[in-house]
Amino acid sequence: MSVSTTGPDPVGISGPLHGVASLEDPPPTRANRAVRAPRRSGPAGSKPLISRFTPYLFLVGAVGLLLLLTYLPAANMIWYSFTDWNGLGRIENVVGFDNYVEVFTNPRIFSVFGVSLYYFVGAFVQMALALYFATLLSFSTKFSNFFRGVIFFPYLINGVAIGFVFLYLFQPDGTLDTVLSWFGLSDPPQWLGDASIANYSLAGTSVWRYTGLNFVLFLGAIQSIPGDLYEAAELDGASRWQQFTNIIFPGIRRIIGLSFILAVAGALSVFEIPFIMTGGANGTATFVIQTLQTAFSYRQVGLASAMAVVLLAIVLVVTWIQRKLFPDEKVDLT
Amino acid sequence: MTRVLPGVGKYASLIIAAVFVILPLSVVLFASFKSSNEYGSTGPLTPPVNWFNFENFATAFTSGDMVEGFVNTTVVLIISLTGTIIIGTMAAYAIDRFQFRGRKLIMGLFLVATLIPSVTSQVATFQIISGIGLFNTKAALVLLFLGTDIIAIYIFLQFMAGIPISLDEAAMIDGANRWTIYWRVILPLLKPAIATVVIIKGIAIYNEFYLPFLYLPSEGMISTSLFNFKGPFGAQWEVIAAGTILVIVPTFVAFLFLQRWIYKGLVAGAVK
Repeated sequence: MSVSTTGPDPVGISGPLHGVASLEDPPPTRANRAVRAPRRSGPAGSKPLISRFTPYLFLVGAVGLLLLLTYLPAANMIWYSFTDWNGLGRIENVVGFDNYVEVFTNPRIFSVFGVSLYYFVGAFVQMALALYFATLLSFSTKFSNFFRGVIFFPYLINGVAIGFVFLYLFQPDGTLDTVLSWFGLSDPPQWLGDASIANYSLAGTSVWRYTGLNFVLFLGAIQSIPGDLYEAAELDGASRWQQFTNIIFPGIRRIIGLSFILAVAGALSVFEIPFIMTGGANGTATFVIQTLQTAFSYRQVGLASAMAVVLLAIVLVVTWIQRKLFPDEKVDLT
Repeated sequence: MTRVLPGVGKYASLIIAAVFVILPLSVVLFASFKSSNEYGSTGPLTPPVNWFNFENFATAFTSGDMVEGFVNTTVVLIISLTGTIIIGTMAAYAIDRFQFRGRKLIMGLFLVATLIPSVTSQVATFQIISGIGLFNTKAALVLLFLGTDIIAIYIFLQFMAGIPISLDEAAMIDGANRWTIYWRVILPLLKPAIATVVIIKGIAIYNEFYLPFLYLPSEGMISTSLFNFKGPFGAQWEVIAAGTILVIVPTFVAFLFLQRWIYKGLVAGAVK
């Protein structure tokens, strides 16, 4: 269970969606047949009742938790969104679509979607960098293990630790300012204090944190392209660039597509980095920060639920588009 | 791929990337070894005078509640991982080895669940946790970490498909019941998948910030103990730096030893 920001938590954001696709057609037809066979052979009803319930007994824990902690809250959330509940006591008034009207008309709420754009652009930078380095390191390189580790490691670091590392980096007269002064750039801005800059700084931090994940995924996909393709291309005299555009890029198009769609969903649900570093001050509040504040600080659970439902709807639409654009091709990327 | 990319450009860009990653971390490491006078009088890029000045680490540990954070995180981590493994492998066993009514529906439920942004749904999850009286307990976190983990189930499913069904059949002929087959045959064979899940889920739990922040306000977990440094040590960056390093070190050690597994786990969890 994790809270995702532009990239995912280790298991996270980009995890579930790709992962999910193939769950629909699980491998074991072979297994099913084998299991079913003995059951058919006996006369109907000869099995004790308990054996019919066996699979459900094995599933009860997982499904119970799923219903209790995912579906029940989701259903409640939809119900709350039509009320003006404050989270305490009884639900008093059903207010219809008022909360939804508020979400789309109150500039304090709706304008924060704009903040997502910074992270959205950041996600592009992140993917471009990841693709560049994944391509570089897919060719034989000295110290490639070292470089791979260095580029990937930030993704594993605790989000609060990253927040502090970058708060320290961005301090006035701190590391970044000192380094910039070596290049003759004096008079740097207040990286987090200046509202017109703060979102760039935070999106930059996010890029630093999540590039490693895209990088490793791209690298894995590139390395799964059969090596003889390159050899054939080299025999034909293809340049590195031609190899990239004709072999590598088509080979990993699907994972790039998926990462791109996930970047949209990720950018909308950015949370940890801005919450930890600025607490949403200076115009850095994201939609998720705003939602949680509405629920837990202002105690407007009804309104916050409507915000959460809107976000959920957007994520579902984005996922639906992803499925339309990238239906499961039978391409083996691993 | 034997040809080495020509040109300095390749290595130059790799080195620049390495500097970008390492520099922000190493200045924090520098700061963590500085005394407060030294911190005030030297620039951030100046290495500390004494690399064995562990005073800030001691402060972070004792007055920063880091001990509590590490203990709590370890407890929650062990219980949640054990639970995830048992619940997840059981679910995967049922889905992979049985044909039963509602199988498609259940898989669909797991699938759709991953789409619900877990941060925002805390708005409603919170009411449930406090409704069953678990607010401000570690049990709440354990429960939340156990719930809805499709990635774990998926990794188990994928791996289980490779375990020959003939093993089940052989055990059945020997008179084993389903539970015995699961416990004695399947579970031991799932070890590699379990290792993968332990690693990726372990990292996720270790790094989790918002759930402990919301559900366990009176005690610290790793992330929240560190987050709380913001108040009391607001001006003492050398102590915050020490706390930050303390949190990163276990991750770094785990990464050094488990690299191959981590890469594999991520790809398994994310690509397919």
